[in-house]
Amino acid sequence: MSETPFKIIAYCCRYCSYAAADLAGVLRLSYPAETRIVQIPCTGRLDMLEVLHAFEHGADGVMVAGCLEGDCHFQEGNLNARRRVEHIKQIMLQIGLEPERIEMFNLSSAMARQFADAATSMTQQVIDLGPNPLRVEDHNQVDQKIVNTVG
Amino acid sequence: MIVAEQKPLEEIRDLIDEANNVLVVGCGTCVTVCFAGGEKEAGILATSLRMKTKLDGKPKDVTHTTVQRQCEWEYIDPLKDQIGEVDAVISLGCGIGVQALAERYPDAVVVPGLNTSFLGLPTEQGVWEERCAACGECILGLTGGICPIARCAKQLLNGPCGGSQEGLCEINPETPCAWQLIYEKLAAQDRLHLLMEIQPPKDWSTSRDGGPRKITREDLRLVAEETE
Repeated sequence: MSETPFKIIAYCCRYCSYAAADLAGVLRLSYPAETRIVQIPCTGRLDMLEVLHAFEHGADGVMVAGCLEGDCHFQEGNLNARRRVEHIKQIMLQIGLEPERIEMFNLSSAMARQFADAATSMTQQVIDLGPNPLRVEDHNQVDQKIVNTVG
Repeated sequence: MIVAEQKPLEEIRDLIDEANNVLVVGCGTCVTVCFAGGEKEAGILATSLRMKTKLDGKPKDVTHTTVQRQCEWEYIDPLKDQIGEVDAVISLGCGIGVQALAERYPDAVVVPGLNTSFLGLPTEQGVWEERCAACGECILGLTGGICPIARCAKQLLNGPCGGSQEGLCEINPETPCAWQLIYEKLAAQDRLHLLMEIQPPKDWSTSRDGGPRKITREDLRLVAEETE
């Protein structure tokens, strides 16, 4: 999808979004290989520090995918997660990172196509923003390695 | 509890501009339960500062730790080695915590990461309201348990004033008039006679007007001061 290896961390809730990703695999639906899925018990368990660490250690984007609103297995974990994502966006603004690098999605376990679409749109959104500036040097090194290998 | 909120990241960054190694010290008491300066917030601030300073082109080594209580020597004494290794300390305690660290470690550069706001309580999850002004002479027994010093904008002792409109304060339509609350509370308890007595001017010498305050309990002191 791009020359620079991007990393999008997808925090998916066990009961809906992770199942949707699983179903996408079963249905042979393709979505960008940049997406790295991390299963969490509920998006209400989303830890702001964990997300910030992901960015600090080089993630280019983060997608948080929970159940459809009103269908959370734990009542309202996904609603809490959405507010938390908004708070993380505010912190990212203060840090100097684009808040568009993190987005919240809501999917049911049957929405495999929508999961693939969400992963694709999120990946494209992050590619449009460019690599995480915190690891631009790393990217340059990787690019140089590729050039050296090809050359 | 003491309620505080974090300073803008840029302001904190400017406070530690000259330092390379920084220690963020959280506090496990009041500011933990108001989600301003506990273990989690110390971690978030440390990682945020590492990222921000790296993006600024002046990366700093920012680590963090949290003590149970920053306002007592016993809890901050174990920080000696850690503080000795850094150029600056960001205290995520209230103003007391900041000063305790600065006093205990006179060679250390200690800066505040929080703005200490008020003494209050969470009226609902995520909402804190002021309840006490620490005036040093409590009159809650006369006012139905509602403090006109902390909750009336004019700190009136014989309210309400003319700015009380339909139970709300003129300074902010979301702020209830403390004296309206006092009246309703005492009326409900059939104790309105308490309001018939005019309160004399308050002795503010027990409050900030008397300068920094100090309480000494000889019965609790470990070593009595020697007198010549």
